[in-house]
Amino acid sequence: MKQKSPMKVFLNGLFNENPTFRLLLGMCPTLAVSTAASNGLGMGLSTTFVLVFANLVISLLRKIIPEKVRIPSFVVVIATFVTIIDLLIKAFVPALSSSLGIYIPLIVVNCIIFARAESFAFKNPPVPSIIDGLGMGLGFTLSLTLLSSVREIIGSGTWFGMQVMPAAYKPMAIIVSPSGGFITLGILILIVNAVVKAYGKRKQVKEGIA
Amino acid sequence: MSNIMLIVIGSVLVNNYVMSQFLGICPFLGVSKKVETAVGMGMAVTFVMGLAALFTYFIQAYVLVPLHLEYMQTIAFILVIAVLVQIVEIALKKISPSLYQALGVYLPLITTNCAVLGMALLNARQGYNLLESVVNGVSSALGFTLAIVLFASIRERLSASNLPKWMDGFPGALITAGLMSLAFQGFSGLI
Repeated sequence: MKQKSPMKVFLNGLFNENPTFRLLLGMCPTLAVSTAASNGLGMGLSTTFVLVFANLVISLLRKIIPEKVRIPSFVVVIATFVTIIDLLIKAFVPALSSSLGIYIPLIVVNCIIFARAESFAFKNPPVPSIIDGLGMGLGFTLSLTLLSSVREIIGSGTWFGMQVMPAAYKPMAIIVSPSGGFITLGILILIVNAVVKAYGKRKQVKEGIA
Repeated sequence: MSNIMLIVIGSVLVNNYVMSQFLGICPFLGVSKKVETAVGMGMAVTFVMGLAALFTYFIQAYVLVPLHLEYMQTIAFILVIAVLVQIVEIALKKISPSLYQALGVYLPLITTNCAVLGMALLNARQGYNLLESVVNGVSSALGFTLAIVLFASIRERLSASNLPKWMDGFPGALITAGLMSLAFQGFSGLI
């Protein structure tokens, strides 16, 4: 496999293969915790932590783990780091722990982490794997924060708990309800797709001239 | 008895895992293009979730709590579920090849279905007893089946109709799911 430059690997996760908008991975936590921007950011960063360390350990062990039992091994490595972050959040940010609730232990079954372990960390040396985990994690954090900001601003008129909308604004409570989650995400994906398409066309035209 | 009824209605309709708790969204979006596959997925999930509820209850009550290892819950549960799925797959292949033919392809996917682990964790958090845990496991899975089959039926119809191009694929599916979830919110006054 050809080695990609670290910057490319990092940006790949952030934009080209953004887990939420481009790959549509990890939908459960995305929809469930995106009712407030702070929840989105907290979830994104916890996932990034797990992703980076799971990628590192799996990459270090990739020559020791036999091909046949790799999935159970991934599960154990990932579950270990999820337990660590779960206990850390409980100890230091109890408010976040109570608002994210069951979704922190559920990071274990987030498909993004499995997908990166299987398709990247198991085949690449530790340093690129860390960078890949960081890029993917931050891409997830970015899109989760974006989605939850949109939902919080429209749905409750606040952003990170601060009032941002004028007092006369009536919050649209439906946006923070479960159905609003599906609909907002659908519309955001639609917009991202349109932007990517427009950008791709412009690039084609430019290359055509050159 | 009324307690059990409440759990059933609560998990199938009011707190439907897919529509109001966002558990099991990946298979819900991924395996819902055809009604037939949706039914297969629903049955496989129901089967595994019933068994998982039973086993995780025993692990929680007889291993983790007596040994004060509650913090190992996540690791223990996910391992139990992964092993269980593997055993179900092997057993099904031997005992009932026809059922294996129908459900086989969905089984490996279930390990990473967050509905299963979510259900196990919620059971432990709620402090359900054995009967309540199993009832909750099966009825949440039936709620999942209900949601995915309904969604697949709508998507089958949608694929035949003339949607605007930008609505094709995921955006359209998500907005459909949003409208469905709105309908499920109507059940919220039931309990």
